[in-house]
Amino acid sequence: MMDADELRDRVHRFLADHDVAGDRLAFLRARFDAGLAWVAFPEGLGGLGAPRVLQSVVDDAFAAADAPDNEPLRIGIGLGMVAPTIVRHGTQAQRERFLRPLWTGEEVWCQLFSEPGAGSDLAALATRAARDGDDWVVTGQKVWTSMAHEARWGILIARTDPGVPKHRGITYFVCDMTAAGVDVRPLRQITGEAEFNEVFLTDVRLPDELRIGDVGDGWRVARTTLMNERVAIGGGAAPRESGMIGVVAATWRDRPDLRTPGQHDALLRLWVAAEAARLAAQRLREQLAAGQPGEEGSAAKFAYARLNQEISGFELELLAADGLLYDDWTMRRPTIVDWQDRSPGYRYLRAKGNSIEGGTSEILANIIAERVLGLPPEARADVAAPWKELPR
Amino acid sequence: MTLLYSDVEEDLRSAVRQVLVERSPWTAVLARAGGDEPYDRALWQALAADVGCAGLAVPEKLGGAGASWREAAVVAEEVGRAAAPVPHLGAAMATAALLATVDDGWADDDLLAAVAAGETTAVLVLGLATPPSVAVPTSVRAANGALTGVVTGVADALAADVLAVPTNDGLWAVDAGDARLTPLTTLDLTRRLCDVAFEGAPARPLAGPAAAAHAWRAALRVGAALLAAEQLGIASWCLDATVTHLNTRHQFGRPVGSFQALKHRLAELWVAIAQARAVARYAAGCVADEDPDTAIAVAVAQAHCSPVAVRAAEECVQMHGGIGFTWEHPAHLYLKRAKSAAIALGTADQHRAALATLVDLPG
Repeated sequence: MMDADELRDRVHRFLADHDVAGDRLAFLRARFDAGLAWVAFPEGLGGLGAPRVLQSVVDDAFAAADAPDNEPLRIGIGLGMVAPTIVRHGTQAQRERFLRPLWTGEEVWCQLFSEPGAGSDLAALATRAARDGDDWVVTGQKVWTSMAHEARWGILIARTDPGVPKHRGITYFVCDMTAAGVDVRPLRQITGEAEFNEVFLTDVRLPDELRIGDVGDGWRVARTTLMNERVAIGGGAAPRESGMIGVVAATWRDRPDLRTPGQHDALLRLWVAAEAARLAAQRLREQLAAGQPGEEGSAAKFAYARLNQEISGFELELLAADGLLYDDWTMRRPTIVDWQDRSPGYRYLRAKGNSIEGGTSEILANIIAERVLGLPPEARADVAAPWKELPR
Repeated sequence: MTLLYSDVEEDLRSAVRQVLVERSPWTAVLARAGGDEPYDRALWQALAADVGCAGLAVPEKLGGAGASWREAAVVAEEVGRAAAPVPHLGAAMATAALLATVDDGWADDDLLAAVAAGETTAVLVLGLATPPSVAVPTSVRAANGALTGVVTGVADALAADVLAVPTNDGLWAVDAGDARLTPLTTLDLTRRLCDVAFEGAPARPLAGPAAAAHAWRAALRVGAALLAAEQLGIASWCLDATVTHLNTRHQFGRPVGSFQALKHRLAELWVAIAQARAVARYAAGCVADEDPDTAIAVAVAQAHCSPVAVRAAEECVQMHGGIGFTWEHPAHLYLKRAKSAAIALGTADQHRAALATLVDLPG
């Protein structure tokens, strides 16, 4: 088994042969080909079959050498969700075609899952994919698609058989975002900007080679994607007072004029809650590293959504008159969420999305209740009936 | 510092749980609750001496097991899970005080060795509601090797052989038989309080004034960390019992646990308990390592775990419905222990007030 020393050694040998100040793309492609991209992936696909926990050893060694990175924040969907799905469910040809430019950032990915009529109940989706010779013809509407306006590819789930129960009639595709009939429009959100898009698909022709997994098996493939989404959202090591609590703690220390007894109590409660969430996330990372998987990722996302909302709401009231102001309502297209440098009003509004995006807090509570605690499922009328007979 | 449990800790947990399940089922705890013998001395003997829980944090050269407060915290979790009527908290705080005297060049090696072996139960004499970061109380005075004064609301002293008494003048050992213990009728039926009166009780010095003040602070920190672990155990039992009940109880033709109104409350409780486990582990790790962050860690642990244990016990009563309100169901034992534990060694509010100073968030 590959260990940390062996990996460090490989990075150093790679750095001896490749100039970190040279061509960025050539460097990243070579790093992929050397198996030093995502070390847990198989050899030949950017990895070495090493334990996943050793990824940070490699990343740290490259960072220490000031090597160019693949701008992970810009290609988070591809790295976090698409790649694990393609590795697990794709054909060898698909892996070889897509993974390298995904990792280097040459090809940006987006996720075409949610629809106006299918949010929490994602499996009820109505976008239709009909077989036509060697192609599929796709028609429908997707929503909340970040990076769609920059993406080369999208992961798409569509209904291929309306006559069977909803989870069984779905197929998973790679959507060519440059194909005719793909129309991407910005979706302006409550903060004034547009991180996300609506994507209208009208008779989009996708060759069958772009199908991932079997026809009708798309829900199972999508679960791989969604599981990795929650891991991505809940992760990240953090020192004390990182995140929003650090911002309000700094304000509290700098502005004695704002302090009231009630807000002092509220601040201390939030500080304790933030510390508890931080330590729980730290323990979760230790569990994952020790190979003790679980649904705790759902718990971390659940906890942070509430915490961010409570802290940002507190911050506005603490600031009193200044809390009435907002920095900028201009319509922009940000690629990352810059909550630290924006105004408190932005933080308050953006945090409202935290309990909706990537699974609402209510759905996460269901997941915890059923999969962790083993409580019985809700009584449901929609599981056995054909999709086309469900009320919409 | 890891926040996970080691294999050794899991083995210890199994051993402790086995003793508690066999010798102290809730029916036995309930039967004892109304009686004149509030503490189960045989059970404590089995845990302290036979399993070796009393000496976990004591170094081997002083007669202990050479483990740490981290392992002792695992025992506290199980004691909380069983709502066991044993003086684990009071004994651990006395042990912490004795260990601190060693650091300061004082030590009653014989007493410490006997305590570590589980042969003698020493309990620290302090009011259970003592808030964090207070100085040694002045209600007991030493003169000519004898103590005079009263400490009210002391936990676990009814199960003690020796009382470790902190005063302004030092830390003293008094044989329990030389003090007058007046049992109190308490909210918590499983950790009983008494007033401890000294009327010229003969006392052996364990430490001078400075070392006693140091021992007092060490005992409060260890006590807060272990109490947080105990609260975690209480909360875990309450959640497990409630989930079991909701899976079996049927109303309206379906298991009560399939109703989202209840599932979501239990999911939130589980998240809070997962956080409680992390903060309690961190606090135990800090006291074990004498980490500079200990004061903050134990204040966070108490501020978080106190309300979580209470909420878990309150949800347990509510979600059991009528049966949860009866004497014949164990839920009330946990509710009473949880609510009392939330006041013990400082309320959550008092620990938040301590944090305001510790982390520079002044009012």
